[in-house]
Amino acid sequence: MLVDSPPEARAQTVAAPPDRRVIRAAGLLVSVLVLACVAVASLVIGAKDLSLAQVWHGLFADSGSYGDVVVGERLSRTVLGLLAGAALGLSGAVLQALTRNPLADPGLLGINAGASAAVVTAVTFLGVTSLSGYVWFAFLGAAAVGALVWFLGGSRGATPVRLALAGTAISAALYGYLQAVMITDQAALGTMRFWTVGSLSSADSGTIVQVLPFFAVGTVLALALARPLNALEMGDDTARALGAHLTRTRALAMLAATVLCGAATAACGPIVFVGLMVPHVVRSFTGPDLRWILPYATVLSPVLLLGADVLGRIVARPSELQVGIVTAVLGGPVFIHLVRRRRTAQL
Amino acid sequence: MKNPAAKTPARTGRVLRTPGGLSVRVDGRTVTVVVLLLVAALAASVVLIGTGDFPIPAGDVLRTLFGAGEPGQEFIVRELRLPRVLVGLLVGASLGLGGALFQAISRNPLGSPDVLGLGQGATAGALIMIVLFSGSAAQVTFGALVGGLVTGFGIYVLAWKRGVHGYRLVLVGIGVSAIVTAVNGYLMTRADIVDASRAVVWMTGSLDGRDWDQVWPLLVLCVLLVPLCLANARGLRMTEMGDDVSYALGVRVERVRMLLLVAAVLLVAAATAAAGPVGFVALTAPQLARRLTRAPGPNLLPSLCMGAALLVTADWLSQRVFGAGRLPVGVVTGVLGGLYLLWLLVTERKAGRI
Repeated sequence: MLVDSPPEARAQTVAAPPDRRVIRAAGLLVSVLVLACVAVASLVIGAKDLSLAQVWHGLFADSGSYGDVVVGERLSRTVLGLLAGAALGLSGAVLQALTRNPLADPGLLGINAGASAAVVTAVTFLGVTSLSGYVWFAFLGAAAVGALVWFLGGSRGATPVRLALAGTAISAALYGYLQAVMITDQAALGTMRFWTVGSLSSADSGTIVQVLPFFAVGTVLALALARPLNALEMGDDTARALGAHLTRTRALAMLAATVLCGAATAACGPIVFVGLMVPHVVRSFTGPDLRWILPYATVLSPVLLLGADVLGRIVARPSELQVGIVTAVLGGPVFIHLVRRRRTAQL
Repeated sequence: MKNPAAKTPARTGRVLRTPGGLSVRVDGRTVTVVVLLLVAALAASVVLIGTGDFPIPAGDVLRTLFGAGEPGQEFIVRELRLPRVLVGLLVGASLGLGGALFQAISRNPLGSPDVLGLGQGATAGALIMIVLFSGSAAQVTFGALVGGLVTGFGIYVLAWKRGVHGYRLVLVGIGVSAIVTAVNGYLMTRADIVDASRAVVWMTGSLDGRDWDQVWPLLVLCVLLVPLCLANARGLRMTEMGDDVSYALGVRVERVRMLLLVAAVLLVAAATAAAGPVGFVALTAPQLARRLTRAPGPNLLPSLCMGAALLVTADWLSQRVFGAGRLPVGVVTGVLGGLYLLWLLVTERKAGRI
């Protein structure tokens, strides 16, 4: 966008920035407010709706009453939703910039499947039952598949079709393995059929403390990469001319995306399409500058994830629909719309 | 996809001409491959019939099949094992042909029904029957058939935009597949553990306990659709040169494509309904067949024979390796297919073809 715009437009961009920056900053503020509202909704709405006063009481004057326990449960769930949502959105935005590919999404690229396969292996063959064990296996699986898809799909001249196909093919193979394990081991089936849909309901404070460091490291790394990734989006030659270190940026970006997505998957199970949808929505009003896209994605992705979680609680009352199912059902049509809108030449 | 025949010297083959001015080209190597694959599929079938808790030598199997066996063996062969093997052959043939059609239409070696979400769609139909209605085997089959057809239709409609372009078909299929996978995951969490176990076995693809009820509908469908597909193979081959060239050569591109796509969806949905979504046969059979015949074009008939031979051999392997009834055939095709797929991705990438 930037490189192609005619000189007049560029001159305008240079002349206008204060206004636009103010607008964007204000938009970010509004997004934070929206996020706060959704977080409150996530505390209030559920099988038993609470009043705001009850939530206040539960948060700041915990006396162990029934309402306070419910608030405590919902609080850890909400916090996990915030963290995982931000992680998924950021990793999606980074992957899309890294691959110059509008369809890149951690789920679509098979990273989720890698994490699932590693977790089922850990549960069945190594007898790992605690989340602290899962996290490492989920990372391992995510990293291995991330590297494999990157290698097969387009270390040289990645095209969306190649990456999507490589990811899908590897996912398909890994899900075959998952099924074989689940057929032979009913205990694994019992665990995995709930884990593989992606849910926030298993959250507790222990889980959050465990994955928090990974979220922190990944987020800082991803946000710090905004400038070099901006350069990378203009093409390899331009980026090199601008002084960006190509290999280092790529490797760090892949690392950030994998750490974020692996941690989110380890904590909530595979959740698709959050990382795909939010950066697209964000880009439509921030433009292609990653220094704005990344913060916006960090704030707005949890809005989507928590919103989907709340929606799942409303739709299937008094039970609930897992958040991974809601995001897939919402995100699939968006993906198809994106595919249809683009000219095939761009794909 | 670049033309794989570019490396091999042009082979004209024999040409049969009729007095009316019609002609058809016959490729010697392709005919040999088809015959060999047929022989292999039938031989594997005979071995498979003889395999099980009560082994029967191949000679006795053949004698029984031709109506001269002992009464005891006759029951086992005719009522228990023959229908299972026939279902295997028909399912493999349908998947092989359906896969070849899909790959030719999407012009992509990975554009198989597994990747496009047809298997997932059929699974959704079957899961609804298993989980929500605790349905009988026949109801599950019906549900899978409806699920596969609805998904195929949906993908086609969503990918339609002044014609169906190959890449759009693949990517829309991937999107649909993700949505349906989520629905399946939800259904699995709703099930109790008994239904869930039954569902997982079904989802892997199995030939256990198939009888004549599954054979007849599949056979009728194959008898109707296979000649139709083969008759349109020439048009399909023309479309590989690009839509404009094939229009100029007199092929009604969109009509041929739609007809064959409907046939492929029907074949795959019926096969999935009969045996569950047996993974990777539809993906690998056309690729293997193409490598054996070394012929350009969709290779429909060799793919069909290859699919049948693959599935029956995989079923025999699953029985020999894991013991009868332990692991369904879908596990074997899944593992072998997964490895093959990785190899395919690496080589196709090196050749710059995908």
